[in-house]
Amino acid sequence: MLYFLQQLINGLTLGMMYGLIAIGYSMVYGIIGMINFAHGEIYMIGAFISIITFLLLGVLGITWIPLALLLVLVLAMVFTAAYGWTVERLAYRPLRGSFRLAPLISAIGMSIFLQNYVQLLQGANVKAVPPIVTGGWILAEEGGFAVRVSNVQIMIVVLTLVLMAIFSWIIARTPLGRAQRACEQDLKMAALCGVNVDRTISLTFVMGAALAAVAGLMATLYYGVVDFFIGFLAGIKAFTAAVLGGIGSIPGAMLGGLLLGLVEAFWSGYFTTEYKDVAAFSILVIVLIFLPTGLLGKPEIEKV
Amino acid sequence: MSTVATVGPRTAAGGFDLVRALKEAGLAAFVAFVLFVPLMGFQLVGQEGRLGLVYRPHWVVVGTVTVFLGHLAVSFLRAVRGPARRARGEAGPFARFFTVHARWFGVAAALVAFLLPFTPFGNRYVVDVATTVLIYVMLGWGLNIVVGLAGLLDLGYVAFYAVGAYSYALFAQWFGLGFWEALPIAGVLAALAGILLGFPVLRLRGDYLAIVTLGFGEIIRIVLLNWYDVTNGPDGISGIPRPTFFGLEFKRYSAEGTTFHQFFGIEYSSLHRVVFLYYLILILALITNWFVLRIRRLPIGRAWEALREDEIACKALGINPTNTKLTAFALGAMFGGFAGSFFATRQGFISPESFTFIESATILAIVVLGGMGSQIGVALAALVIVVLPELGREFEQFRMLLFGAAMVGIMVWRPRGLLAFREPTVRLHGRGEGEEAPR
Repeated sequence: MLYFLQQLINGLTLGMMYGLIAIGYSMVYGIIGMINFAHGEIYMIGAFISIITFLLLGVLGITWIPLALLLVLVLAMVFTAAYGWTVERLAYRPLRGSFRLAPLISAIGMSIFLQNYVQLLQGANVKAVPPIVTGGWILAEEGGFAVRVSNVQIMIVVLTLVLMAIFSWIIARTPLGRAQRACEQDLKMAALCGVNVDRTISLTFVMGAALAAVAGLMATLYYGVVDFFIGFLAGIKAFTAAVLGGIGSIPGAMLGGLLLGLVEAFWSGYFTTEYKDVAAFSILVIVLIFLPTGLLGKPEIEKV
Repeated sequence: MSTVATVGPRTAAGGFDLVRALKEAGLAAFVAFVLFVPLMGFQLVGQEGRLGLVYRPHWVVVGTVTVFLGHLAVSFLRAVRGPARRARGEAGPFARFFTVHARWFGVAAALVAFLLPFTPFGNRYVVDVATTVLIYVMLGWGLNIVVGLAGLLDLGYVAFYAVGAYSYALFAQWFGLGFWEALPIAGVLAALAGILLGFPVLRLRGDYLAIVTLGFGEIIRIVLLNWYDVTNGPDGISGIPRPTFFGLEFKRYSAEGTTFHQFFGIEYSSLHRVVFLYYLILILALITNWFVLRIRRLPIGRAWEALREDEIACKALGINPTNTKLTAFALGAMFGGFAGSFFATRQGFISPESFTFIESATILAIVVLGGMGSQIGVALAALVIVVLPELGREFEQFRMLLFGAAMVGIMVWRPRGLLAFREPTVRLHGRGEGEEAPR
């Protein structure tokens, strides 16, 4: 039972991170109907920028961890968002109205490019980050097995919940959110009604990238290792999460992320860790076949 | 395509507006600066088990200035040359010439390929590289059926390559089958894998399909990596038998039967096998090409192309989209399987390392660069992509970076591929001088 509880905690933490990345996929898909394949790479860049800014702040003399982390969070979100904006501007915007697979191929190219860009600039070796947030709590103990919650895990959960709240508020209450919802329903009609579609799409990418940067920061703190290749798997898994929850739906992305995190944690906890990625991919295939709209998605009607 | 016509800074008279160009270049340079500062300006390095930073401000300066000048130059060129050709949706004169005379280029290329080992350049190294090029040409043509003709984006093509390679290796290891017996089996198994994967997922929308195939490619790789008892895990399978020439082995001595050089009464040379492998893949690739060119004219090939253009219209015409896609998928997979078998027999050793996503991406890049659906374009793209890294270590390092950039660039400037502009295979009123469609 305690073992179960531990896996539950680990799974929720993992799921929160997947959820944050998945939102980026889901929003972009909702508005322009493309899979932003480079989104995983944006997450990886976010992780790199987080460490670099953290070390830089240390050099500058800001060593009080909470303040440093807050600054890292803001800086990483800003710089990573710049990457998200540029990717959209260079690789996707010129392709509106091109043939159907063009944006996806472009996105794959972008993903390969960014991966190698970071590899060339930062080196291919794995970067081990010293633990920044340490300590934790023991929730329950029985027969030598203790259920632990680390401070990093608490931070991840709290931060995700706060961000989700801010985010839901933006979507529901601000003019930008209204423009996004309008674009999601009908791009052309939104443009006719005076919504600046290009700007809305750009800002959607910026928001997605900022959330991915947060996930990158969390992954850095949680796992303690970063390399140029982490975006690939995380990207596919987050996409799986987005599909599972119903692509286009933001609560769905979070729900899908949590479910996927739990499945992965329980799979590694009770079966083998070797095949945990296979489990994630299998979920993707199964969901797409039997539940193509996901848990919270709307059915897509193809019009002539 | 009308939305991409963001022509550079031109005044109404068509002149070059320097102020505006400077402003735009400045903006681009500012964005570049923001992008470069964190990742270029600092490098993470491990120092005695801890992470440290190396400062590289000069990199940022160089990068930003390059972006500024590059942007300025592009605006200037655009203003001088007028709207880019792509805005008018035309192919360049070179591409047009190339496409119209594609048949002759194809024949010439095939002739050069056939004569290559006998030319003065045909040393061992060149033939070896040419063999690699031809493997990629064949893979590109195989994937072209799926991506170029049927319009299905397959990101896990390497899985079928792996199925082909491993099925030959395992059949040879366990049942002692030779290359020629195993080749058809490997093709059939790869096609079966294609059907197995395709059957459930081909009902999906195009981009879902891409991700699922990607996942499938990874699943195959992870299984190969972890299923020790059968695949020997990351250590791979070695000692895969070499192919024979109608039963004649390419060895100095053979315990049973005669060897190639004994039969023909010539001096033994290790080059014989290299050249034989080269011709083998050349013929396999040409068969692939011939097959694709023929099947394009059959109803099924027409159905693929129709499906690529408009699925709903196809359904209305009574074409079963799932079955049609499934055929494309299975046939593409089959050629991937053949190429995989050849790869296994050529290397003599295979491991899951050879079947990563990068490999799938490379093959896809070949198809995209060559112009989806164009046969000769794919061959040229394979040549460029394989030979470029051979030219030097610098290229090797930047290879994938360039691939990625090229894939984006092609989609933005030339969505139909570098050399080819895709012509319809059939036309209602012909093209004036005959109904024959170019390749």
